[in-house]
Amino acid sequence: MASMRDIKRRKSSIQSTQQITKAMKLVSTVKLQKAKNRAEQSNPYFNYMYQTVTSMLARSGNMAHPYLKAGDSRKKAIITIASNRGLAGGYNSNIVKLVTDSGIPKEDARIYIIGRKARESLERKGYEVKEDYSDVIEGPTYEDASAICKKVLDDFTKGEIGEIYLVYTHFKNTVSHIPTMMKLLPVEFEEAELKEADSNVLMNYEPNEEEALNLIIPKYMTSLFYGALVEAVASENGARMQAMDSATSNAEEIISDLTLKYNRARQGSITQELTEIIAGAEAIS
Amino acid sequence: MAEDNRNFQLEIITPDRVFYKGMASMVEFTSVDGEMGVYKHHIPLTTVLAPGIVSITGPDGKKEAAVHAGFVQILGEKVTFLAEIAEWPDEIDVSRAQAAKARAEERLRSHSAEVDVARAEIALKKALVRIGMKH
Repeated sequence: MASMRDIKRRKSSIQSTQQITKAMKLVSTVKLQKAKNRAEQSNPYFNYMYQTVTSMLARSGNMAHPYLKAGDSRKKAIITIASNRGLAGGYNSNIVKLVTDSGIPKEDARIYIIGRKARESLERKGYEVKEDYSDVIEGPTYEDASAICKKVLDDFTKGEIGEIYLVYTHFKNTVSHIPTMMKLLPVEFEEAELKEADSNVLMNYEPNEEEALNLIIPKYMTSLFYGALVEAVASENGARMQAMDSATSNAEEIISDLTLKYNRARQGSITQELTEIIAGAEAIS
Repeated sequence: MAEDNRNFQLEIITPDRVFYKGMASMVEFTSVDGEMGVYKHHIPLTTVLAPGIVSITGPDGKKEAAVHAGFVQILGEKVTFLAEIAEWPDEIDVSRAQAAKARAEERLRSHSAEVDVARAEIALKKALVRIGMKH
């Protein structure tokens, strides 16, 4: 049995770890609340944007527009949103796994990364990281999203990349976050979704359809991207909150186990002392 | 009853919030092709916004807001603005707008190669709209 002093030292070390995890949990709970509010507030915008663009394309599905078909380049851009900090359970590694399992060969992938943790592991795996916007995740704004989208779209129109994907963690609710990969460009919709959108109303466009698409599709992309950023922040904090919660309760478990061991050791040593004293006293008499 | 029937649903939505949601009898705004006024039963139309003032005539009087960039979807009974930025007059910082105006004008005057003329023009327009709202 370990000595009393060893057990005591180990216990106090775990106690201080527990304090840290507890504090981190509280911090991420607060941050989660904020991020969740933001995600909820921006939700209507994306829903409308999605609906509008779907119904637009439903009415003008067969248009030959550069944004609606893949570019000639084999290169595929992957905008990856993860986090700058660790200690969030499987948050970052799930994202990295999604990228590596996506079926896009390393040579063809060009990563636009947000989140230093994911950058480190993707680079180690041999992916080409084209741009790094890691600072954005600390406080995403619509302007940031719009600037990044503009850059990626430029590369698309220049023909450097043929397709654009977005990888992020979808914030379903506080406890469930789903790593998601979606195709941004060329814009593609499921046939069923297109049918659902009411195509009875004949929509007019000003200036004309093509120009309207030219302006609206980048906005559509930006808004999806911004939505993904906001959801990723919420997911990150949610994931960290969960990770820290289970760490705290694990520490609790270990501490109670150690307390038991410590008490046993204490009692053992008292019993031993007593036996020794009694034995000594008997020997004298 | 006639009064009621003239109203349609109006929503102005930005990435950060639902800016305005309610009934209106008329809405005026600036599109890239010029100024437009919309009543109920307008033909279905999707158009792109230019920086400008949106004025809403609703049941409780007239309201104005500065809206920059975005697009509008007009259906007979419902008008939806998807705007990137929308502000009520009391949210506008005039001194900042003045500074932005001066900066944009400076950039346009300099005519150097690095200046993105289109961007500077948009910045100037936005500043002018903001200042215009306050007067």
